[in-house]
Amino acid sequence: MKQTNTSSSNMKLGPLTTLLMNDKGGRRLLAVLAALAILVPLLNLFVPESSIFHVSTYTMTLLGKYLCYALLAVSVDLIWGYCGILSLGHGAFFALGGYAMGMYLMMQIGDRGVYGNPDLPDFMVFLNWQELPWYWLGFDNFSFAMVMVLLAPGILAFVFGALAFRSRVTGVYLSIITQALTYALMLAFFRNDMGFGGNNGLTDFKDILGFDLQADTTRAGLFFCSALALMIGYLISRFIVTSKLGRVLIAIRDSETRARFLGYRVEYFKLFVFVVSAMLAGVAGALYVPQVGIINPGEFAPLLSIEMIIWVAVGGRGTLFGAVIGAILVNYAKTYFTGAFAEIWLFMLGGLFVLTTLYLPKGIIGLWQQMADKLAAKKMSKLQVGDLAEGEKA
Amino acid sequence: MSNSLSNATSKHIDNSPVLYLDGVSVSFDGFKALNNLSLTIEKGEMRAIIGPNGAGKTTMMDVITGKTRPDEGIITFNTSANKGSQSTTDYDLTQYDEADVANLGVGRKFQKPSVIESLTIFENLEMSLKGGRSIWQSLFHKLSPEQKLKLDEILVLIDMAEKADDLAGNLSHGQKQWLEIGMLLGQEPELLLIDEPAAGMTDEETMKTAELFKTLAKTHSLMVVEHDMDFIDALNCKVTVLNEGSVLAEGTLQEVKANEDVIEKYLGR
Ligand SMILES: Nc1ncnc2c1ncn2[C@@H]1O[C@H](COP(=O)(O)OP(=O)(O)OP(=O)(O)O)[C@@H](O)[C@H]1O
Ligand SMILES: [Mg+2]
Repeated sequence: MKQTNTSSSNMKLGPLTTLLMNDKGGRRLLAVLAALAILVPLLNLFVPESSIFHVSTYTMTLLGKYLCYALLAVSVDLIWGYCGILSLGHGAFFALGGYAMGMYLMMQIGDRGVYGNPDLPDFMVFLNWQELPWYWLGFDNFSFAMVMVLLAPGILAFVFGALAFRSRVTGVYLSIITQALTYALMLAFFRNDMGFGGNNGLTDFKDILGFDLQADTTRAGLFFCSALALMIGYLISRFIVTSKLGRVLIAIRDSETRARFLGYRVEYFKLFVFVVSAMLAGVAGALYVPQVGIINPGEFAPLLSIEMIIWVAVGGRGTLFGAVIGAILVNYAKTYFTGAFAEIWLFMLGGLFVLTTLYLPKGIIGLWQQMADKLAAKKMSKLQVGDLAEGEKA
Repeated sequence: MSNSLSNATSKHIDNSPVLYLDGVSVSFDGFKALNNLSLTIEKGEMRAIIGPNGAGKTTMMDVITGKTRPDEGIITFNTSANKGSQSTTDYDLTQYDEADVANLGVGRKFQKPSVIESLTIFENLEMSLKGGRSIWQSLFHKLSPEQKLKLDEILVLIDMAEKADDLAGNLSHGQKQWLEIGMLLGQEPELLLIDEPAAGMTDEETMKTAELFKTLAKTHSLMVVEHDMDFIDALNCKVTVLNEGSVLAEGTLQEVKANEDVIEKYLGR
C-alpha cells in the first residue's frame, strides 16, 4: 500500500514539505506569492518612476486588494468546497474584520479630524454624542483591535453556527439564512445610532501604528502583510484539509448521515471550520480597509457575498489555490470592465457563473487538469502505437 | 481468521440481551411504521429480519440508531462500559443521537450503499477506525502501527488490499457494500445492523458475504435485513418476520416459511 509508505517517510520531512507534498498548485502559488511579497514593494520603492520596471503605488494597492479578496476566497472554499456549507453571507465576516480595523484607524485620527475632538470620531461629534460608546473602548490599542479582528467574526460565526448546525439546517435553507444575516447586519450598520458611522462608514484614516497611510512605504508594508496573510491563511487551510479532520469534512459534504453514523459529531466539525473560515475572512477584511481607505455598510451587501461564491466556482471549488486564482482573475476582470463598460459588468458576472456551472463544474483548475490529462493520454497512446508498430516490424 | 477484529464481547458472565426492544411504535403523519414492536437479540446472536416492502425494517434500524425517535416503547442496548470489563451497562438508546449510538458500539450499514465517494478506500476505512472522534484528535491524527495493522487486516478481509488507493466512487455497487461492511468493522462495534447487504451483488458475492457474516457472528451480535432467501438460508440463523410494523413470526427459516400468516402476508405474493 503506497499510503502506508508515504506517511511513514513524511515523518522525516519538515512540516511544510509534508503539507505541500501533493499540492503542486499550492507550491507554485506560495512561491509566486513569496516573490510578489518581496518584489512588488522593492519595485515600487526603489525603482525610479521613469523605469518600465516601476510598480506604481496605485497598482500595488490594487494588487494588495486582490490578495485580500484571495484570502477571503480561500475562507469561502474551506467551508463550501470541503464541507459543503454554501454561505451566502461571508461578506459579513469580512466586513466585521474590516470594521474592527476601521475603528482602530478612526481612533488614531485623534484631534486631526474636522471637529478637532481628541476623544471622539467626527461622526460622533456630528451626532452630538458626549462620550465614546462602551463598544469602542480599547480600539485605540492596536493589539486589542487585532484581537477583535479575529473575535468579532469568530464569535458571530460561533453563535450563528451553533444555532444553525445544531438544528441541522442545511442546503438552501442555510444559504438563505446566511444571506439574511449579512443583509440584517447591513441594515443595522446603516443606522447612525448603531455608532459605526452610518452609511458613510469609517473613513478619512490618517495613520496606522504611527505610519502615514498615504506614504508609499506604508502601502508597501500593507501589501507585504497581505501577501503574508494569504500565504499563512493558505497553509492553515491546507493543514486542515489534509488532516483527518479534512477528510471528515469531505465525508460531511458527500454524505452527512454516513459521517454521523461513523460517530462523528457533524455539528462540531461544521462549527469548527465555519469559525476558522470566518476568522480568515475577518483578517482579509482588516487588511483590505487600510488599503482602500474606507469601510462602510456596503461591504455587507448580499451581492458581494454572492460574488465570492462566483470567484471560488470560477477558480475551482475544493482546491484552495483554485479559489485564489478565481478571486484574482474575476477581480481583475471586474476592475477592467467596470472601467470600460460599467453597466454590463453584472450581466457578465452572472453569465460567467452560468457558464462555469454548466461547462466547467471544476472551474479553471478542473479545465487545466483535464487538458493536462488529455495531453498525457495522447502521449501514452502515441507511445503504445509506436510500440505496436515496432512489434509488427519485429 | 479475525480474532483480533473482535472486541470484548466473546465472553460474558451476564446474559442480558445485547438489544432489547419493547412496545416500540413510530408513526409518520398518522401512519404507523412501527406498531408495538418487541424484539430481543442475545449477545453473540445473528438474527435475520425479513418482511415485505414497507414492513418497517429500515425504520426499526432508524429508531435503534437514534435517527428517528420512537413515539413510545423501550430500546436498550447492553454493553460492557469499558473494553475488557466483565460488568455491563444498559443504555436507553432513545436518549442518544446517531453519533452517540455509533460510539456506544452500534454499527450500521445502510440500505443504499453509503461510502464517501470522493475519498479512497483506504481513507474511508481510516476514518471509520474506532476512537479519535473529537476535533482536536482528528486535526492531529496520525495512524498508529496498530491501526495500520488493523487497516491492512480489514483490507484483506474485504478483498481490497490491491486497490486501497482507488476512489470509493469507482467501485461497483456490490464492492461498495463490502467497503461499507469493512468500515463497520473499523468501528469495532458490538452490534452490527446491516440493511440489505446482498443488494447489487452477484450470486458468488452474495455467498461470500454470507460466509463473512458467519465469521463475524463468532465475535459480534448481528441483525441482518435481507430479501434474498438463499442468502438467509446460508446464514442459517433465527429469522424474524416483520409485517406492518410488528413481528409476524419468529423461528428457523423452515418454521417461518411454513407459518400460515407468513405465507399469506409475505411469501404468498
Ligand atoms: N421519514 C418517513 N416519513 C414518512 N414515512 C416514512 C418515513 N420513513 C419510512 N416511512 C414509511 O414507513 C414504512 C416503513 O418503511 P421502511 O423503510 O422501514 O420499510 P422496509 O421494511 O425497510 O421496506 P423495504 O424492504 O422496501 O426497504 C413505509 O411505508 C415508508 O413509506
Ligand atoms: Mg428498508
